[in-house]
Amino acid sequence: MTEHPTGKPLPQPFNDSKTYWQGCQRHELLIPRCLNCGKYFFYPRQFCPTCMSPSLEWVKSGGLGRVYSFSVVYTPFGDAYGPEDVPYIVAIIELKEGVRLMSNIVDCRPEEVRVDMPVEVVFDDVTSEVTLPKFRPATPGRPGR
Amino acid sequence: MNPFSKVAIVGIGETKVGKIPGTSVTQLQAEATRLALEDCGIAKDEVDGVFSFAGYSRPATLYSAQVSEYLGVKPVINAQIEAGGVVTALMALFNAASAVASGLCHVALCTFAENPTSRQKSGGRHEVPMAYQRGAEEFEEPFGAVSMPICYALIAQRHMHEYGTTSQQLGAVAVSTRKHACLNPTAVMRTTITLEDHQSSRMIASPLRLLDCCLTTDGGTALIITSADRAKDLRRIPISILGFGMQTTHRIVMQAPDIRDLGIKEAGQRAFAMAGLTLADVDVAEIYDAFTICTIIGLESLGFCGEGEGGAYAAEGRLELGNKTPVNTHGGLLSHAHCGGSFHITEAIKQLRGECGPRQVKDAKVALVAGHGGVFSTCGAMFLGRGLP
Repeated sequence: MTEHPTGKPLPQPFNDSKTYWQGCQRHELLIPRCLNCGKYFFYPRQFCPTCMSPSLEWVKSGGLGRVYSFSVVYTPFGDAYGPEDVPYIVAIIELKEGVRLMSNIVDCRPEEVRVDMPVEVVFDDVTSEVTLPKFRPATPGRPGR
Repeated sequence: MNPFSKVAIVGIGETKVGKIPGTSVTQLQAEATRLALEDCGIAKDEVDGVFSFAGYSRPATLYSAQVSEYLGVKPVINAQIEAGGVVTALMALFNAASAVASGLCHVALCTFAENPTSRQKSGGRHEVPMAYQRGAEEFEEPFGAVSMPICYALIAQRHMHEYGTTSQQLGAVAVSTRKHACLNPTAVMRTTITLEDHQSSRMIASPLRLLDCCLTTDGGTALIITSADRAKDLRRIPISILGFGMQTTHRIVMQAPDIRDLGIKEAGQRAFAMAGLTLADVDVAEIYDAFTICTIIGLESLGFCGEGEGGAYAAEGRLELGNKTPVNTHGGLLSHAHCGGSFHITEAIKQLRGECGPRQVKDAKVALVAGHGGVFSTCGAMFLGRGLP
């Protein structure tokens, strides 16, 4: 696993999720979709969690969604998070494609976050090998990627 | 059709709870077992089934064999049981009752203990190689979702958005549960708290404050299960299992279904159906309260109130002793102890036996133990009854 500059956990791409994380490195949010039943799903698996088909494709998401839920973390937990890291905003984002993923809300004051707030993806190149997708309040009129 | 009609819980053991440094999980389980055997008067050499869980200290293989070895027991059937939260204890009991009901063993032991105070610090977060895919590590922790309060805060925030639940209503859960703990000499937290105390307690991860969160404690329990026939010869009022249900929908919080589709509703409905009971028949309920929001969702899912009405229910004080079907009469995870919710089961049993003193629910005949593990990932519900069916 590559090291985060401040020791925070990083994803360790592993077989069926490698494509996803490589997409993030290219600043693309790739969401798996089943070619058999047509459903998008997340997180990546070897086969579709609805119909079990291994015929899958990766679709480049427009990166738009809404905040399904969020929490502003005020108390740092574990060894990797200290007082300088809080507050930070964790959120479950529901993408337009219908799947949910966990991320952070950035470029937004904690008191301004709302459930259902429209958001758009931005990419954080945390290390030379790992990029994390994060979300900022969507700018009306700005076209999706 | 109740598969457990010929089975009874005949003995319970509870260690003290709180900070018990320098003890191992095995020692706590052995002590709880000793107390449980003393409680029912069955000799240790008769125990031939063992269902246990090592606690969250570190991944342990052959743990049921470990505790058997420590006790000098050679079980004919045993396993380490883990399903998360209180579902672990419920599943251990289910397995023990099933083993006795099917004739595979005669006297089964269920034991659970935790010792976070003495937990040896692991070298890193990933102490064991990541040999299996763990969704949380890859898709949640990199975003700072590195602890349970954060995951439950996401559920609480959504509940507030959908139903208008307020922080004060969460506080009402904390206040009522603490009131019960104040009546329980073994509870860790026994100072009364007010709503103002809750509101001024520090924010952990919005909307959850310190007083919305469960305790971390050492301690353990043991249960002895045997046949209903044998139970008739023993000294304590036997306790029957009237119904059981379980439902799992996910593991990590980002994969959770919508609030109204959380599994505790299904688990409860199946348990009610097996028992042939309605909520009106239930005298006392112990609902796994890892966080105040858990009690509220439990109330709604189990039919104490309608969808989204759990906050108001709590704010009206209806959780408290003196009301119909009071909740978490021992002080729950919030104020009594954590110990994986195993004390939710022993408290239910003590209520049915009439052993709860100032917190006794008068003439309790039916108790409900329900809740979840993970982040409402696994859910379970069980009805216990006083006496044999």
